[in-house]
Amino acid sequence: MKIMLNGVEREITESSLNQALVELGYCDGTIATAVNGEFIPKTQRLEIVLSEGDRIEVVAPMQGG
Amino acid sequence: MLVYDTQLQSRLLLGTSRYPSPAVLTEAVKASGTEVVTVSLRRESSSERSGQGFFSIIRSLGVRVLPNTAGCHSVKEAVTTAHMAREMFATPWIKLEVIGDRTTLQPDVFGLVEAAKILCDDGFQVFPYTTEDLVVADKLLDAGCRVLMPWGAPIGSGQGLNNVPGLRAMRARFGDVPLIVDAGLGVPSHAARALELGMDGVLINTAVARAGDPVGMARAFADAVKAGHAAFVAQPMLPSDVAVPSTPEIGLAHLI
Repeated sequence: MKIMLNGVEREITESSLNQALVELGYCDGTIATAVNGEFIPKTQRLEIVLSEGDRIEVVAPMQGG
Repeated sequence: MLVYDTQLQSRLLLGTSRYPSPAVLTEAVKASGTEVVTVSLRRESSSERSGQGFFSIIRSLGVRVLPNTAGCHSVKEAVTTAHMAREMFATPWIKLEVIGDRTTLQPDVFGLVEAAKILCDDGFQVFPYTTEDLVVADKLLDAGCRVLMPWGAPIGSGQGLNNVPGLRAMRARFGDVPLIVDAGLGVPSHAARALELGMDGVLINTAVARAGDPVGMARAFADAVKAGHAAFVAQPMLPSDVAVPSTPEIGLAHLI
């Protein structure tokens, strides 16, 4: 299924957010996620089932003022 | 300086953006003596993982992290970013920015108050980036904020304190509220001036990061903040419109 990852179209086979993140290369590390503009806590990633066209945002710490 | 339940020895908060290299950032943070650095949240590429490298540097510094919502122009974006930050950094602290103008980066104070209320009710400890407007400040305090961060001048402009009477009025009105000037300071004298006015601290980023020698400038800001606060505590003299001779006139020899 096609989803948008950080604004770029990607094809994934996994449907849970947790597994999709692994498939997309986010095996570990400090990240936070949102789907379709809604924050998805780490504890809920297993429960979230993705649908075609979903917009996934994966963010990490970055320089800031 | 007591912010929420945290006692800070240093009155200088430092941003982590725009440094020439990670090594310079590290040395500048150390030279500043700061206990709090600001960070942002940005999209992470699964191939580059640049955020992970950056965060390992920040963790190695042993300072507190104050995540920001920089770049957010709506209440929803800012609130969602705050939630992501709380999970990622395991802190209730959030420097709340709701930007209202793309040119001046002036805060949208209406959205700011709305977002602050939502976040405070949800247990966040909000550091709102605001103007010196007293009415807005009152509403932020009513929303649950216990720190205010008025701007000195537009972000990254280095102009200094554009509204000294406004900051003075804030100090007079909110005696017990920590006031941290955020944004627009360019040189250490600006920071010293802010502290002399009774501001509790300053947040500096570009003025240090874009200096010719960021490490030396970090040290200079640290000294300025200490001097400014010491001067405030020592109660500066009141200025006069006319000259007042400092040398006694009594006993002046008559030499004409």
